[in-house]
Amino acid sequence: MPLENIPLRDRFKLGLQAPICMTWELTYACNLACIHCLSSSGRRDPRELSTDEAKAVIDEMAALKIFYVNIGGGEPLIRSDFFELVDYAVAKGVGVKFSTNGTRLDADKAARLAGSDYIDIQISLDGADAATNDAIRGPGSYETALRAMDNLKAANFGPFKISVVMTRQNIPQIAQFEEIAHRYGAQLRLTRLRPSGRGVDTWDDLHPTTEQQRELYRWLFDRPHVLTGDSFFHLSALGDPLEGLNLCGAGRVVCLIDPVGDVYACPFVIHEDFLAGNVRDEGGFTKVWRESDLFLSLREPSSAGACASCGSYDACQGGCMAAKFFTGIPLDGPDPECVFGHGEEAIKKVAIALRPGPSVDHSARTPVALAARQ
Amino acid sequence: MSRSTERQVGEFDPSRQWRLDPQVALRDEEFGALAYHYGTRRLVFLKSRDLVEIVRKLATAPSATDAVAAVVSGEQQATYEAALSRLAISEIISAA
Repeated sequence: MPLENIPLRDRFKLGLQAPICMTWELTYACNLACIHCLSSSGRRDPRELSTDEAKAVIDEMAALKIFYVNIGGGEPLIRSDFFELVDYAVAKGVGVKFSTNGTRLDADKAARLAGSDYIDIQISLDGADAATNDAIRGPGSYETALRAMDNLKAANFGPFKISVVMTRQNIPQIAQFEEIAHRYGAQLRLTRLRPSGRGVDTWDDLHPTTEQQRELYRWLFDRPHVLTGDSFFHLSALGDPLEGLNLCGAGRVVCLIDPVGDVYACPFVIHEDFLAGNVRDEGGFTKVWRESDLFLSLREPSSAGACASCGSYDACQGGCMAAKFFTGIPLDGPDPECVFGHGEEAIKKVAIALRPGPSVDHSARTPVALAARQ
Repeated sequence: MSRSTERQVGEFDPSRQWRLDPQVALRDEEFGALAYHYGTRRLVFLKSRDLVEIVRKLATAPSATDAVAAVVSGEQQATYEAALSRLAISEIISAA
């Protein structure tokens, strides 16, 4: 059979020469302490890549023709060499999309970033009002994000992105998010909450209800222009597929480089079980991507497992590997948020104490407020 | 979107000379190639190697029809011209 007759999704499952969606967390340092942070960020790790090492990673990305890299953290603007690395990447033809909480995005920086087609910005906002947002991202973070958006608008940056992690608390505000995006001439990007990082402890209280998931599916289906990072493919079991590849891209089209150079299968599985190698190893990132045992095994055909008898497996592909892993569901089991409720059943069989916690934690050390305990 | 772009998008004329848009980068893959447009920030899949070869020939062929004919024959030609017109709509290729 000629290659072009194999459905594209099946080709992608076998892996690509290089990732399509390459995420790079530049630092674990962060001035915020969001309660759902997927990388449990807060404190810088002393082993973080130096400027020269980071440039060597960019050289590899350029050679691999990675079109753009999604930079995050932590808060990437905390790195003092942030602009040096962005300029270096752009000069090499590697576009930069970076996520920021906006604290350091003042008028000067906004103006500096506005000049290039190769730079894209995502401002994180998890509530359409201060109360909802700050309950997740911390006091003052709503004002901070809006100030950064004001700066981008004043600098004529163009259509930056407002990135929202969908929760039980903010799904009712979805129309207000649309309004905010419209007001700023920004593009809305809605992504799925994962039980990763500090989300391990907060997912039970934050993840959407079954009815909210149905609403979200219909809302997204009617708005194919709203970006999702392909993160809601488990909802495609509700009917026609949503925009995107609709598959788990971990190790196939997606991967993560963390601040110390460790390469994980995706941004939501910062855990030793999904660690493929390190960019400092001989052969660098390229060898990890193409030859690591973990990534090669993720590209093997996978079985539908417990979902084999479900008529919707082809649509949802069993859902998100990270969501299953951190809720203690076997990887060939149903997604914890399976739209037919199979995940809820599966979760009931796992004691919360047996859920795997993150094996890497850079949360800020704060004194335990004993007086606050009831 | 500028007026001139709209006109190009509406009218893919295969008798004209076309080229890979200067803002687009291509990456070969086994199935064909990935194309990324830095201006629109859209990723497009070129789902066959023949299509990739045709796209690469556009800039040196006198017309899109010539580029197609250099790679495929017969009924395939109409299929590939249609594929090129879709690439023109997504601005992966533009009139030279």
